[in-house]
Amino acid sequence: MKISTDRKMLALTGIVTGVVAFILVMLGNPGNMGFCIACFLRDAAGSLGLHSASNVQYLRPEILGLGLGAFIISLIRGEFRPRSGSSPLLRFLIGVCVTIGALVFLGCPLRMVLRLAAGDFNALFGLVGFVIGIGLGCIALNMGFSLGRAKESSRLEGSGISILYVVLFIILVAAPGLLRFSTEGPGSMRAPIVASLLAGLAVGALAQRSRLCFAGGMRDIFLMRDTTLVTGFLAVFLSALVVNIVGGKFSPGFEGQPVAHTAQLWNVLGMVVVGFGSVLLGGCPLRQIIMAGEGNSDSAVTVLGLMVGGAMAHNFGLASSTSGPTAGGKVATILILVFLALVSMTVIYANRRKEADA
Amino acid sequence: MKIIDTSGFSCPEPVIMTKKALKDSPDALTVIVDNVASRENVKRFGEATGYKVDVKEEGSKWTLVLAR
Repeated sequence: MKISTDRKMLALTGIVTGVVAFILVMLGNPGNMGFCIACFLRDAAGSLGLHSASNVQYLRPEILGLGLGAFIISLIRGEFRPRSGSSPLLRFLIGVCVTIGALVFLGCPLRMVLRLAAGDFNALFGLVGFVIGIGLGCIALNMGFSLGRAKESSRLEGSGISILYVVLFIILVAAPGLLRFSTEGPGSMRAPIVASLLAGLAVGALAQRSRLCFAGGMRDIFLMRDTTLVTGFLAVFLSALVVNIVGGKFSPGFEGQPVAHTAQLWNVLGMVVVGFGSVLLGGCPLRQIIMAGEGNSDSAVTVLGLMVGGAMAHNFGLASSTSGPTAGGKVATILILVFLALVSMTVIYANRRKEADA
Repeated sequence: MKIIDTSGFSCPEPVIMTKKALKDSPDALTVIVDNVASRENVKRFGEATGYKVDVKEEGSKWTLVLAR
């Protein structure tokens, strides 16, 4: 069978992502984190003073690099398409929900894969939840869920978030006094700025070319029996697994895994939120950063929502810790699932009425 | 021939719209897309379901003609 270019590109992106994540951890990033999008947006929120959990504050250059990598490569290849107007507020709110879910589990889909590849079996429960969530999202899509049509927008609007990343990077390097930095905890564990930025740029560019998405892989299998996109997911897993085994970092088990907890019900439900929300948004948190770089301001608003979600998760004590989920986190997870279901049903109902009138 | 315009929608929606439209119009369908990801996805979906897909670039959009 001929292997399609799409698959090769996805495999390459996945392999690079797994290896780069491992190198970043070697260079100082927190265990099995590589460049977890939810964690790093949360750290960035803390660094900007949006929350005051002093152990998770750092303006992660990886995030800026991912967005800028996608921005630059899409400009070069003529794939930069400024557009906006597809339910930005709903996207913002769903973004908030997705990070809260991710922080109840302790990781976005990328980190879930990295945790699995390091032998953290708790992430298996996360994976189960993620698949259930994607299934729920696919049911909504099949029933007619849609956040609506976006319109072309100006190039300034489309580049807004990328310009913001450049400004933030200049502040990080030239005026770090404006930002907050953890002196202990995961936020204090960081690879050198240049390495982080380059890693982000490389993976951001590759992810733009390959359209790597952790939620999209399984979604495409459910919706159209297409296994192309899941290639990326598997490639990240296999490459991280190999480097972990070779590098002696593979330690299978449930207990004592880095930045993880063993409350399995909440590992499942946290990732149901992430899977469900990601499908409604049209892509996982990583993909949102990439699409924002390509000029999609709806995704840019989603990225801001993801970031605010990280701040809220800590301001209201919703994020789990290594000792497990909090009472607030459990309540929030249930309420968010109800919220996502209500949003889906309302949108489906409205779309059907509109179709019937047309 | 039935024509659907998926401009402004992000994947997977253009593919779902294509799938639904092919139920009403199984012999041939024209799909307009405005981004590369959707162009590739609709093309792949068409080819996987047994259509010959012809892609034409028109300005900032693409027209995909799916035919048996």
